[in-house]
Amino acid sequence: MQRRHYDEMRTESGEVRPHFRALSEWLAATPAERVAEKRREADLLFHRVGITFAVYGDEAGAERLIPFDTIPRVIPRAEWDFLERGLRQRVAALNRFLHDIYHRQEILAAGVIPAEQVLTNEAYQVAMLGLDLPNEVYSHVAGIDLIRHDDGQYYVLEDNLRTPSGVSYTLENRKMMMRLFPELFDRQRVYPVEHYPALLLETLRAAAPPRARDPVVVVLTPGQYNSAYFEHAFLAQQMGVELVEGPDLFVKDGNVLMRTTAGSQRVDVIYRRVDDAFLDPLAFREDSYLGVPGLLSVYRAGHVGLANAIGTGVADDKSTYPYVPEMIRFYLGEEPILKNVPTWQCKRPEDLAHVMDNLAELVVKEVQGSGGYGMLIGPASTKAEIEAYRKRVRANPANFIAQPTLSLSTCPTFVDKGIAPRHVDLRPFVLSGKEMRLVPGGLTRVALREGSLVVNSSQGGGTKDTWVVD
Amino acid sequence: MLSRVANRIFWMSRQMERAENMARILGVTSNLVMFGTKDVQEQNLLAPLSITETEAEFFERHDKLTLPTLIEFLALDEKNPSSIYSCLKWARENAHAVRWQITSEMWETLNGTWLEVRAVKPARITGAGATQFFDWVKDRSHLFRGVTYGTILRGEAFNFSRLGTHLERADNTARILDVKYHVLLPSVADVGGALDFYQWTALLRSVSSFESYRQLYRDQIYPIKVAQLLLLERRMPRSLAACFDLIKDSMDRIEGQHDHAAKRLAYELHARLTHADIEEIFQGGLHEYLAACLADFGELGSRIDRAYLGAV
Repeated sequence: MQRRHYDEMRTESGEVRPHFRALSEWLAATPAERVAEKRREADLLFHRVGITFAVYGDEAGAERLIPFDTIPRVIPRAEWDFLERGLRQRVAALNRFLHDIYHRQEILAAGVIPAEQVLTNEAYQVAMLGLDLPNEVYSHVAGIDLIRHDDGQYYVLEDNLRTPSGVSYTLENRKMMMRLFPELFDRQRVYPVEHYPALLLETLRAAAPPRARDPVVVVLTPGQYNSAYFEHAFLAQQMGVELVEGPDLFVKDGNVLMRTTAGSQRVDVIYRRVDDAFLDPLAFREDSYLGVPGLLSVYRAGHVGLANAIGTGVADDKSTYPYVPEMIRFYLGEEPILKNVPTWQCKRPEDLAHVMDNLAELVVKEVQGSGGYGMLIGPASTKAEIEAYRKRVRANPANFIAQPTLSLSTCPTFVDKGIAPRHVDLRPFVLSGKEMRLVPGGLTRVALREGSLVVNSSQGGGTKDTWVVD
Repeated sequence: MLSRVANRIFWMSRQMERAENMARILGVTSNLVMFGTKDVQEQNLLAPLSITETEAEFFERHDKLTLPTLIEFLALDEKNPSSIYSCLKWARENAHAVRWQITSEMWETLNGTWLEVRAVKPARITGAGATQFFDWVKDRSHLFRGVTYGTILRGEAFNFSRLGTHLERADNTARILDVKYHVLLPSVADVGGALDFYQWTALLRSVSSFESYRQLYRDQIYPIKVAQLLLLERRMPRSLAACFDLIKDSMDRIEGQHDHAAKRLAYELHARLTHADIEEIFQGGLHEYLAACLADFGELGSRIDRAYLGAV
């Protein structure tokens, strides 16, 4: 089914938008052969460097390249400024919300969000109750997924407040573009992103216990077979800190220590890319080998910092998402700058009825799902698929939310037949420490299959460099 | 440096060195079976299995010991942890786990080697193909060491890589000499006599020291001089003495707080090899001497493990 959508490069009358002009002229003037050759070079480089990701459910440890598209997505500075204001506002409110629900719970008392919605949520961690964190920050690294609808407006699709990934592609894509097409960067000023690791390190150090004067930061990875291992290793290397696995750390005398060849060394901040449930086998899943026994007790005693904090998932849950605009009004007394996508919550009978009547038109997602797994895109599904999904929703309505099928904007992209529009989204990263920091742009993901709206790398998505330009 | 990382780097280098030594042993064996009586041939085929202590495992899977079955078992058998295939696989796996602490050239060398060996068909490594394959393994090992030496920061990663390489090499040289000595020397009375020229030449070639022997001794090949060269000649890079020069040097550079036991033994072994006398070693029995050496190397490995590599 052909839908209307917003074209990032051209207006409806076919004119190239001003911020895409330099790129468009360059594309027209550059022989297709040269571009094709450069694309092959990019493939080769990515392969050699091994910028790969592992795919769950694939042959054990299989590594694939995430397809990289050499046509950047361009965002004018004014538009970015607007997005940045909205992102800061949103993440500030989400951090306030997390602090509140683990302390006085004012928002629940005020009835803005149903208490059972928060307190019975799987991701709500009683272990966090009453714990004071440096700067009252819970989600130090947040990735907010945005899309642009056919009305030309940006909408927040979801908040990622646990262990959002993808920033390494933002940095590697820029490096690749500058290497392959330096002349493009002569034509116009592109705001740099390369300082992200420095900002991240500063943010992480701000999460250290107050007593640590020169905090030791480490990145905790589940290991080399994790889908995002490349990113964990990349960030550790870029920040110049150790990349550790659970067994490298242990708890002794109320501190977290790491085993080194020169003896044990105290760790002050753990940038953990391991899920809550696996962090500490004594407190959470006891079958976890990825975590550190006793970590929670040290954390609760304030002797080690965790980024992100435990229990942030309650705020990025898809069933909490509809309340974010209210959070912004409640904590900040401001009107939300970024829009939410209208969302039906299947746990409400009237919403469920609407969803059941309109399944073929809607996108339905699992409340806890991520990575594009287990969702239904009504307009792109067969009748049989829709009916099968209907049964799943009926069996456990509280587990599902539904949204209108948004038409993601498109950006010109290299495909087999040349250049064609493909749907894109945008994930900017927001860092919260002593202050909030962003690098301009973020990660643009692109659905490479014609007509596809699924941009996830595990489902055939690729990435693009994202330019913020004057 | 994290103990886990040091452990991976140490074993990455050991595995690559082990693959090279296995290629050397098999290369010489392929050569040797062309000479000698049936008895000697059989002993020569058995030697690689004794060196790697895999005799029992071999006969579980093969009825007859022939050159092709031996090569199949020690070169490409995925299930044999001592095979070249397994060594190259683990060298690469270890590198993969620490690829951000080693240089990209090191990673690419080991990854490339692994991708190539994975594609080798058993049919390709018979006859002349076998020699080619063993030469290729040696080349890849030389390349890896050269790349390591030429690119890596002089820090703990470098120290542990060198430590792994030379401990493995010392171990292998001792094993090769021990086993070959038995094959080649039917009775102690033969010490000092010139034995089968080809056999001895082959032994020296397996550790790339035939030319060195000629240069240093300008003489016929005598067992006692071969032992002198492989044990105590520090100018010969595969000798135990030379290996321990580098092991001691690497351990001097490693920072540690609780590693006295490991360092003490390394220094002691270094001193022993520095001041040893080959005549005395022969009086006490070469085999006994080598067996003691191998036990000491094993102990040093465990102490290194406890001091640095995270063994509890």
